[in-house]
Amino acid sequence: MHIHKYEKIWLIFGLTTLLVFLSVLGVSAFYLGNQPPSCLATINPEKVDTTKPFNKPGLKKVEGKDWDYELVFVASAFNYNPGEIEVPKGAKVKVIATTKDVIHGFEVAGTNINMMLEPGFISEFETTFDKAGEFLIVCNEYCGAGHHMMTSKIKVVEA
Amino acid sequence: MKSNVMKMVDRRDGKLAMAHFYVAFIALAIGGLAGLLQTLVRSGKFVLPAGIGYYQILTVHGVVLGLVLTTFFIMGFQLAAVSKTAGTLTKRQRTIAWIGFWLMTIGTLMAATMILLNKASVLYTFYAPLQAHALYYIGLTLVIVGSWFDGAAIVIAYIAWRKANPGQPSPLLTFMSLVNTLLWIVATIGVAATVLLQLLPWSLGLVDRVDVLVSRTLFWYFGHPLVYFWLLPAYMAWYVVIPKVIGGKIFSDSLARMSFILFLLFSIPVGFHHQLTEPGIDPAWKFLQVILTFLVVIPSLMTAFSLFATFESYGRSKGAKGLFGWLKVLPWNDARFTVPFIGMLSFIPAGAGGMVNASHQLNQVIHNTIWVTGHFHLTLATAVILTFFGITYWLVPHLTGRTLTKAMNKLAIIQAVFWATGMTFMSGAMHAAGLLGAPRRSSFSEYGGAAQAAEWIPYQVAQAIGGSILFIGIILMVYIFINLAFFAPKGEEEFPVGEAADEAEKTPMVFENWKLWLGITVILILFAYTIPFIDMIENAPIGSKGYKLW
Repeated sequence: MHIHKYEKIWLIFGLTTLLVFLSVLGVSAFYLGNQPPSCLATINPEKVDTTKPFNKPGLKKVEGKDWDYELVFVASAFNYNPGEIEVPKGAKVKVIATTKDVIHGFEVAGTNINMMLEPGFISEFETTFDKAGEFLIVCNEYCGAGHHMMTSKIKVVEA
Repeated sequence: MKSNVMKMVDRRDGKLAMAHFYVAFIALAIGGLAGLLQTLVRSGKFVLPAGIGYYQILTVHGVVLGLVLTTFFIMGFQLAAVSKTAGTLTKRQRTIAWIGFWLMTIGTLMAATMILLNKASVLYTFYAPLQAHALYYIGLTLVIVGSWFDGAAIVIAYIAWRKANPGQPSPLLTFMSLVNTLLWIVATIGVAATVLLQLLPWSLGLVDRVDVLVSRTLFWYFGHPLVYFWLLPAYMAWYVVIPKVIGGKIFSDSLARMSFILFLLFSIPVGFHHQLTEPGIDPAWKFLQVILTFLVVIPSLMTAFSLFATFESYGRSKGAKGLFGWLKVLPWNDARFTVPFIGMLSFIPAGAGGMVNASHQLNQVIHNTIWVTGHFHLTLATAVILTFFGITYWLVPHLTGRTLTKAMNKLAIIQAVFWATGMTFMSGAMHAAGLLGAPRRSSFSEYGGAAQAAEWIPYQVAQAIGGSILFIGIILMVYIFINLAFFAPKGEEEFPVGEAADEAEKTPMVFENWKLWLGITVILILFAYTIPFIDMIENAPIGSKGYKLW
C-alpha cells in the first residue's frame, strides 16, 4: 500500500503533536497530581443523614491533613445543603459531597470544581479558593422538574 | 465492476430506503420544532403553553434527532449504497430489512407515546435512578433490535458479494457500510445490556434496585461509538461521493479503507472520557481510555488529507495555479458539493472542541456545561447533518425517479447558508456561555438572582436567535425533501460513486479480514474495560430505587 510523501509528512507531524499533547496530559495527571475527581469511597445513599461527615454538612476546620478545611455538601432533589457557605480566602479546602437520591451535578461556576454526584458514591475535590467573591453552585446533571432551581453559593471572604 | 455508472438502485430497494427517509424527515420536523422551543424558553422571554414541560420537549429533541433521525437515515442510506455497489438485495435480504424498519418504527411510536404522556421525561440518556415507564425502554429496545435487522441485511449482502467474487476487495461503499454496521452492532450490545438486564426488569418492578455506575458505564460504552456511527456515513459521502460530484478521483482506495478500520478499533474502548468527573472509577483507567480516544486523531488526519488532496488534484487538473487557485474551480453552485463542504469546514472547530472535551483535565472546565451542547451541534448537527442533506439532494430523486431542479439546487444552498448562520450564533453562544459555567440541559433560571447567572442570559438570547434561524433552515429542508420525494420532475438523477486515483494499485485483501479486525476490536475493549468493570461490581454500593421527579 502506497502512502504519498506529503501524507507521510502530514501524519508524522500530526502524530508528533499528539504525542506531545498526551505527554503533557500524562505528566499533569501522574506527576503534578491533576487527576479528575475519582473518589472510590462508597456510602449507603439512604443513610446519608446519619453517616459521617454528611450528618453535619458545612465547613469544618481540620488538623494534621494536607488541607485546612473540609467543605461537606449533601445534594438531593432539588437543593444543596448548605444552601450558602462562607469560605476564607486562600484556604486549602477539600470539597466532599454526595447525593441522597438521583444523580446530580456539582459545579462551582467560574472555578475548576465540577464533579458528578452519584447515589452510593462520595465525590471529592481538593482546591484553594484564592479569589474573593460569590461563586454560584449549579446542578449540571438533569435530575427532574426542579433541576434548574437547584443551587447554592460559596462566598469567599477575606480571612 | 465499474461499467454501469448510471445503474439505478432497484425500485424495490429504493422503496425500502425511502421508507427510512420518510421517518427520518418527520423526525427532523418534530425534533427541530422541539429545539426551537427550547432555545426560546432559555431566552427567558417565552413560556411553554398547556403545561408542557421543558424537560419533556428536551427528551423529544434528543430521542427524535439523536436516535431516530440518525438511525433511520443512516440505515436507509447504507442499504441504498449496498444495493447500488454490491447489487440489488435478494428477496430474503430485503425482507429482513423491512422487518427491521417496522420494528424501529413501532419502537419509535412506543417511546414517543410515553414521552408525550409525560411518563418518560428522562432525556435520551435515561440515567438511572430516574425511572421511565417500561414501555419507553421497550420502545427504545425495539429501535435498536430493528437496526440490527437492517444491519443483518447489510452483512448478509456483503457475505454474498464476497462469495460471488472470490479474492476481490468489496466495493468501497459496501465495505464502508459494513464497517459502520459492525461498529454499530458491537456498540449497541452495551446499551442493550443495560436496558434489558437492568432498567427494564427494574421499571417493571421485578427487581427493586439498580446499579447506577454499571448502567452509566454500559451506556457510555455505547454512547461514544454512537457518534462515530453518525459520522462514518458522512465520511462515506466525503470519501466516495464528493470526488465524483466534483469530477475528480478518490485519493486512495486503500487509505480510505484503513481509516474506516481505525475508526472501528478506536471508537469503542473510550467511553470513560464521558465519565471523567465521576466517582468510582480509578483515574489511571480513565487516562488509558483518554489515550485510546485520541488515537482517532490518526484516521481523522488521514481523512482531512484525502479530501483536500482530492480537491487540489481536481483543481490542478483544470489548470488552477498558485497555492490556493484550485479553490476557485470547485463547483460552488452545486448543492451536492457545497452543502457537505460547509459541513466539512464546521468539523475543524468541532474537532478542536472535541479535543478539549476528551482531555483528562480540560474536561473539568466544560463538563456538562452548555459548551458540550455547542460542541455536538457542530459535529452532529452541522458536519454530519449538512452532509446528510447533501446526500438527500441526489439520493432521494435517484430513488423516486425524479431530478433535482435548478431552483431546488439553489434553495438547497440557501438552506445551508441559513443553517451555517444559525449555527454560528447558537453554537458560538453555547461555547461561550459554557466557558462561563452555564449548565447544559437546564430550563431558564436566574439561579436566585446570582450575578454569574445574569452573565449567561445574553448568550441564551443569542442562542434563541440562532435557533430561530435554524428552524427556518429546517422548514426549507423539509420543503425540499417533500419536493424531491413527490413533486420534482420525472427523470434520472445520478448516484455518484467515485473511482480511485490509484486504480492500478491493488487494494490489500487484509482489510477484508474480519477475524483480525473484530478480534483486535474485542481485545481493545477487554483491555480497556475488564478490570475497571470488575472493580465496579466488586465494590458496588447498595443499588438505587427508582425515582420519578418530573
